[in-house]
Amino acid sequence: MSLLDALLLILALLILFTALSVVVLSLVWIERKFLGRLQRRLGPTRTGPFGLIQPIADAVKLVLKEDLIPSWSDKAIFWVAPLLVLVPSFMIWVTIPAAKNLVLRNLDLGLFVIVALLVVSILGLLLAGWGSANKYGALGGLRSAAQLVSYEVPLVMVVVSVAILVQSLDLRVISASQVPWGAAEPVLNEAREAGANFNHIGLPLVVIFPLGLVLFLLAGLAEVGRIPFDIYFAESEIVGGPFVEYSGAHWSVFFLAEYINTFLVGALAALLFLGGWYGPFLPEWLWFLLKTYLVVILIFWIRGTLPRLRIDQLMTFGWKAMIPLSFAGVVIASLYRFYDWPAWSLSVMSLAILGVVGYWIYRRYTQPVVKLAKIYGHRPRRVSNVS
Amino acid sequence: MTWFFFILLSTMTVGGALGVVSTRNVVHAALFLLVSLLAVAGLYVLLLTEFLALVQIFIYGGAIIIVLLFAIMLTRSREYPRISDNGQWPLAAVAALAFFGLLTASFVVNNPGAVERSRVPFATLGRSLFTDWALPFEIASLVLLIALIGAIVIARGEGKRA
Repeated sequence: MSLLDALLLILALLILFTALSVVVLSLVWIERKFLGRLQRRLGPTRTGPFGLIQPIADAVKLVLKEDLIPSWSDKAIFWVAPLLVLVPSFMIWVTIPAAKNLVLRNLDLGLFVIVALLVVSILGLLLAGWGSANKYGALGGLRSAAQLVSYEVPLVMVVVSVAILVQSLDLRVISASQVPWGAAEPVLNEAREAGANFNHIGLPLVVIFPLGLVLFLLAGLAEVGRIPFDIYFAESEIVGGPFVEYSGAHWSVFFLAEYINTFLVGALAALLFLGGWYGPFLPEWLWFLLKTYLVVILIFWIRGTLPRLRIDQLMTFGWKAMIPLSFAGVVIASLYRFYDWPAWSLSVMSLAILGVVGYWIYRRYTQPVVKLAKIYGHRPRRVSNVS
Repeated sequence: MTWFFFILLSTMTVGGALGVVSTRNVVHAALFLLVSLLAVAGLYVLLLTEFLALVQIFIYGGAIIIVLLFAIMLTRSREYPRISDNGQWPLAAVAALAFFGLLTASFVVNNPGAVERSRVPFATLGRSLFTDWALPFEIASLVLLIALIGAIVIARGEGKRA
């Protein structure tokens, strides 16, 4: 590796960081506008046309704010924690392909790299909570470790079932194997010449494995701590959890990492389940962005619709619903691969599982209301008027 | 270039390990351990074994350090933030030196000589793990399963129903 290569690599990393920052600014604007519309507000309107400059104004405000460090805090840990959160979530993007040839370093084990680096950022949250010498911070740190480790298991299991279906961990191969052979040929031939194995499916995985997409999105929401899974920084309970003592530039580092991770969940859903950057007419990178932003807007929509779970509900759902379901996903994916069943059998199996479990969860969470209604002899919505 | 990175990573490994035993703050010790383990992952990358490096980051850098910190934070380490020196350190030093001597001796006896670094494809690794080495692999998972069940049994306590 010569000096020129090193310089080029640094330049590429800088470009990647700038691109991610622009993406984060756009996400902040979209979230504020979209959430406003969901709540019958306009969202930001004053700064620039359609409030487009609002995120930049937010960023300037954050950087100019005084950066407080609590005097009782563990200074070294207080400084290291934001970096431990941001650096892994930035490093993951080195291996994410945004188009056929638009990737900094495509790795054979790309999917495993992502999973391995995601775990490291949990450590940052835990240390941030502990290092700021604050009871709410410590509570939030412990909550974040419990939640993120629990939801890491279903996430990894979904990734494993995708790897079983495609027989590869290379993100480019995974995307390419989901489209008809004609479009996928350049990438797949290149991979075959490099000696890689894969299983060409020819359909987006969401069609043959919808269970995986649902589990991936739920676990991904929990991993980035978006409502309804924002237990570990729940503002109304523990006033921001690990971030409670952070302000100004330090806080904005956490904020940046959170939005980069949200975008990562969208990008991975697009690459693993929605056929990546492939699509008719439009250029590849535009298809990738379209699919990713679609998933991200779904995440914002869920945020605007659902209330926060309680912590015991979160853990129960994680361990009693998500983990068994994700293992069921691995089992049916392996059965499908091992016995070479037709593709529709896998979709039928996963739809059946989704239907049964969805109905069970619906019954489980509506039952208390029904019971109350029986006790009071009223329809559920009038229960509160009785007592 | 490789030489430079090797020196850097080895310094980090050894320095981190020294930090673990010399710092008096338990949480700082855990952080030093993280530095040491991640540097070992870097050494694996230098040896072109990316899979091992990733497993090192995933299991040691992530899971084990998190569980360690979790345990430290949930116990009452806040009341005793400083580990006091105890009388066991000469014994520990002897044990460490003996282990070091054993490793060095086995390396000298079985010196493989200068081996060309070669990249093993991930598929080959997986195939040999699940065919030639299937029994050790299964035994390792059984041991982990026993540890899990044991933890649950201890956590449930005696005479209580779940």
